[in-house]
Amino acid sequence: MNIHEYQAKKLLASFNVPVSAGEPVLSLADIDKAIAALPGPVYVVKSQIHAGGRGKGKFKELAADAKGGVRVSFSAEEAKANAEEMFGKTLVTKQTGTEGKQVNRLYIEDGAEIDRELYLSILVDRETSLFSFVASTEGGMDIEAVAHDTPEKIHTIGIDPLKGITDEDVAKLNAAYELSGQAAEDGKTLFPILYKAFVESDMSLLEVNPLCVLKDGTLRVLDAKVSFDGNAMFRHPDIAELRDETEEDAKEIEASKHDLAYIALDGDIGCMVNGAGLAMATMDIIKLYGAEPANFLDVGGGATAEKVTAAFKIITSDPNVKGILVNIFGGIMRCDVIAEGVVTAVKEVGLDVPLVVRLEGTKVAEGKDIINNSGLNVIAANDLDDAAQKIVKAVKG
Amino acid sequence: MSIMINKDTKILVQGLTGRTGTFHTEQALAYHGTQMIGGIHPKKGGSTWTCENGDAKGTELPVFATVKEGRAETGADASVVYVPPAGAAAAIIEAIDAEVPLIICITEGVPVRDMVNVKARLNDSNSRLVGPNCPGILTPNECKIGIMPGTIFKQGSVGVVSRSGTLTYEAVFQTTEAGLGQTTAVGIGGDPVKGTEFIDVLDMFLDDDETKSIIMIGEIGGSAEEEAAEWITEQAANGRSKPMAGFIAGRTAPPGRTMGHAGAVISGGKGGADDKTAAMEKAGIVVSPSPAKLGETLLKAIG
Repeated sequence: MNIHEYQAKKLLASFNVPVSAGEPVLSLADIDKAIAALPGPVYVVKSQIHAGGRGKGKFKELAADAKGGVRVSFSAEEAKANAEEMFGKTLVTKQTGTEGKQVNRLYIEDGAEIDRELYLSILVDRETSLFSFVASTEGGMDIEAVAHDTPEKIHTIGIDPLKGITDEDVAKLNAAYELSGQAAEDGKTLFPILYKAFVESDMSLLEVNPLCVLKDGTLRVLDAKVSFDGNAMFRHPDIAELRDETEEDAKEIEASKHDLAYIALDGDIGCMVNGAGLAMATMDIIKLYGAEPANFLDVGGGATAEKVTAAFKIITSDPNVKGILVNIFGGIMRCDVIAEGVVTAVKEVGLDVPLVVRLEGTKVAEGKDIINNSGLNVIAANDLDDAAQKIVKAVKG
Repeated sequence: MSIMINKDTKILVQGLTGRTGTFHTEQALAYHGTQMIGGIHPKKGGSTWTCENGDAKGTELPVFATVKEGRAETGADASVVYVPPAGAAAAIIEAIDAEVPLIICITEGVPVRDMVNVKARLNDSNSRLVGPNCPGILTPNECKIGIMPGTIFKQGSVGVVSRSGTLTYEAVFQTTEAGLGQTTAVGIGGDPVKGTEFIDVLDMFLDDDETKSIIMIGEIGGSAEEEAAEWITEQAANGRSKPMAGFIAGRTAPPGRTMGHAGAVISGGKGGADDKTAAMEKAGIVVSPSPAKLGETLLKAIG
């Protein structure tokens, strides 16, 4: 689960992380109030979307030479003009895709006098099974490019979970950032606080780019991108509330209500599969036969007929879907339960596109009987290969 | 022969009395008499669990309050964890403290933070953990731990290791259809932080005389496939190798999206299917572009 920068900063501030003063703008009416609450004279107006590259992004509705999604403003009037121009517009960045994202929220921040820009993240290092700091002196830039071009400028420091962050770890971070004086002193408190915030909030990524050394020698978190471990949100109902559903696909929100793992894609063949690996493999085999999947959908191991019906409705609500492939390898999942769910769903919502069903595993004979005796126009498939070829042929002719 | 589990493996069930634990214990007991020998429940120690469905109907198992007690009483050498996500890590740690040699965690949805702690506890312990978020391990006609459907297996010569449950079933089904059968199938699980990696299992398959060939199924996210490929190359240089077929799920997955499994995500331009496929092919693994041709591809690799 992702949250906005302003929400991330509020959370970090609650751990005493040094962030700039700032005010969120959730509607046009908030702009004056937000600016009045800040000292000025420099304001930074920042688009709040769940995607990076905002500064270099372009607004679809504005002229090509208009300024980007993060704007430094040198007076209250300028800040207001910028905020009014940005609010509600569609920002296209390197990470949003060409369709862009609508900017429904802004964050107006007090300007800062920056001396140096650094890069910091804490993430799950899968190779070592540790939470690791990734540190670089090359802040404010695309860190993937830094890692690619100058890997020696990236330092990874893993933290032993049983000891927590040690003085030695902090010393390594200070050295990686070449910090001295007040900044090094600040590092001694800041790095442990960031680690604590990461662990206690069950984050899966905390990215601070840039982390800044200000002209007065102190450290400040100037940007913050935070993702949480969805599996740990049961421990954090307060954080779960920060979810911004306007950032997500409506079908994905509906799917999450039914505990279905669904991801909308651009193709025209809808898929309903059990198991994440098989669901990905089903998308892959559709592509292999020259078509494109409309979605990823894992109904899970313990799906009921109701869940299958809900899944079917979500797939058919996508206007791009020109055919549906149901691919089930029953382990815990029984084929007869899936078959009943599919038959019920088709009777309830109708079916205007070809439907190919492949069943294998537990109770496969019973499942096939249910489909065959349903009177529905279902194309039965013998195996996965057969299923993929049949649905692609049915859609492409 | 087989790896990790066989007809002599004695298994405790952590979470036996819950719905999932009960269902799969009934299934396991019915599978060639898998030695499920007791359950653990902190508040139900001293009671008895009775199998109420399937071929093993009527079988009674003792319930112990702690893993330590269960192990002392029964001499169990494995435990399977069906405890819900919030308590799964504590259950695993209890089994580590009781020095259970093999712990298999089926539970999906264990927080990463909990697994980072578990992983640190596993270092210098006497236990191996498989999972979490995995279908378990099955040695045909001998022992079934976890949730794999026993009916698709056939005793034979292929070792199967996979990050995905249902793709494990595909590999098993297709190698059964191809007439090869399996020695053991191991689901290592779809989480980013887990107990057992590809290399651990491949090492055991290379050591096992009856395993003549191996299918390895990976997916997007992380770099475990690349690390395994590098390791395989090193082993082959020392004369240790067996014919291998592979598959990587998620060629068509969009970057930055978590594809059902917590560990299946392409992030920061890393973890894509093409890099993994290339690394595996370089190590001599015949990688099938289609999940429907795993059996066929393995036959090709065997030659």
